[in-house]
Amino acid sequence: MSVLAEARILKQEEVAPGCHRMLLQAPEAAGRAAPGQFMHVRCGSSADPLLRRPLSVHDVDRGKGTLTLLYRAAGRGTALLAGLGPGAGISLMGPLGRGFSLPAGAGLRVALAAGGIGVAPLYFLLKELVSRDFFVYVLVGAQTAEDLLCGDDFKLLGSRTSFATDDGSCGHKGPVTDLLESLLASGGVDLVYACGPPPMLKRVAGLLTGTGVPGEISLERHMGCGVGACLSCVCKVRSGAYRRVCADGPVFPVEEVVWE
Amino acid sequence: MSKESKNGTPAGSGKNGRGDKNPVLAVDIGGIFMKNPVTVASGTFGFGPEYAPYVDLNRLGAVVVKGITLRPRPGNLPPRIVETPAGMLNAIGLQNPGVDHLVTEILPYFKQFDVPVIVNIAGETVEEYASLAGKLDRVAGIAGLEVNISCPNVKKGGMQFGSDPLTAAEVVRAVRAATGLPLVVKLSPNVTSITAVAAGVAEAGADALSLINTILGMAIDVKRRRPVLGTVTGGLSGPAVRPVAVRMVWQVYKEVKLPIVGMGGIMSAADALEFILAGAAAVAVGTANFVNPRATMDVLEGIEAYLVENGVRDINKLVGAAHG
Repeated sequence: MSVLAEARILKQEEVAPGCHRMLLQAPEAAGRAAPGQFMHVRCGSSADPLLRRPLSVHDVDRGKGTLTLLYRAAGRGTALLAGLGPGAGISLMGPLGRGFSLPAGAGLRVALAAGGIGVAPLYFLLKELVSRDFFVYVLVGAQTAEDLLCGDDFKLLGSRTSFATDDGSCGHKGPVTDLLESLLASGGVDLVYACGPPPMLKRVAGLLTGTGVPGEISLERHMGCGVGACLSCVCKVRSGAYRRVCADGPVFPVEEVVWE
Repeated sequence: MSKESKNGTPAGSGKNGRGDKNPVLAVDIGGIFMKNPVTVASGTFGFGPEYAPYVDLNRLGAVVVKGITLRPRPGNLPPRIVETPAGMLNAIGLQNPGVDHLVTEILPYFKQFDVPVIVNIAGETVEEYASLAGKLDRVAGIAGLEVNISCPNVKKGGMQFGSDPLTAAEVVRAVRAATGLPLVVKLSPNVTSITAVAAGVAEAGADALSLINTILGMAIDVKRRRPVLGTVTGGLSGPAVRPVAVRMVWQVYKEVKLPIVGMGGIMSAADALEFILAGAAAVAVGTANFVNPRATMDVLEGIEAYLVENGVRDINKLVGAAHG
């Protein structure tokens, strides 16, 4: 269950241009969070900017009671968060949403595909998958080598880690979905998880169609309440209905989402 | 702290020179008896369970559930939300599972609580409003209906009924004829004269008024050079609208003798007290729930503290007090 709590910032650093990693003392949330869930974070105490920002849980250390958020300072709210240093307190709500479903089987070969800031929820997921002894291909994409996030962390944990950049400055030149396409063609993947910008996720959906390989994707939306009450952050699903990204997601089976 | 309370006069008969420790908080909103004046704005609190992890629903004066229509509605094309200075625009479009689902799946949830449930109803035609009211009239567990004639985000119905005193009155008359439940009529701020609409619906049989619904607005994405919201326009809420809402409560209180549920950008007890002093007998917390899921409790506790500090024994004595 979600909690509302004031959390203290222990550390904050800019890990790539415009991308920040914030370590928080948040024992209750850390103890409850599952991969794919998010925290709804207030950016200050003023009424402007007003709304909380949904940020993926990037990592937790249950022993130490800490929780890490990785986010891009994309607007006014996240820029305010990025300006906070150790010792500052922020209001956290969470963990919220439905995270990734973790497979029950043994010896599965799993692919994680991350685009840009989409790495945020996948690192926590990777840790969970590795602890279950799955073979995990990690595919990380970014615009340039400089923008690649958590490359070393992924290399350390993933069974096999590959990179893709738009300008070719690191790894494959082209979208990260090219790497996924090759991997799928080799037939060596049982399950795919992805998070990244909408065009990337749409491509992932296209690649998986007809392969029989199941996949889950994590969506990002502007949110109001974060708890399923306001119906602001919806996405259309196959049945034609709108589902709440905050409460029914943010993780959805890849074939569920309708790309409008 | 007032001089009177210091001297232990009746207004300040409590201990420590303060006012009564347990001031009267109960209010009567046109036959809906609330144990305190704090409720929620329809659409900002879901159906209730969404906020149960943060708020003891028993402590609310009432719960106003998400607007309901005769048949399920899918809601509007996203994007449905955009943040604006000290506020937000929404264009949900009354997405809801329909009245039958409300009755069978949602209302039973409230059996475990001791809190009045107010059902917000919206129709595309006068007949639909009447038919909704008729269906709900026979349902146990409903304390009253909030008649939504002010939603700015639907093509048919909604605000178009609330924009004109005559059509607004027509809806209320039809609903009145269909149910004996207390009727709170939710007014739109997007009108030339809110007092004229208020007077019209009072005449037609409303038991109470709630105001304001959101203010029609829009935002444009300058990069894409297109409106941000899928429906182009949306309803503005949050602290940005509060002065407009307070003004309208003030005006309606002067002209119409019905209890008012005041709302519009209430974030704190001080904000809520502005509405009460302007003439609201109860207040609804809306957008603030998104920012602080315990906002209702903070408002309630703050109002209580204010009454104690100022030696006010009964919240009802503050209603409209700013009018002198």
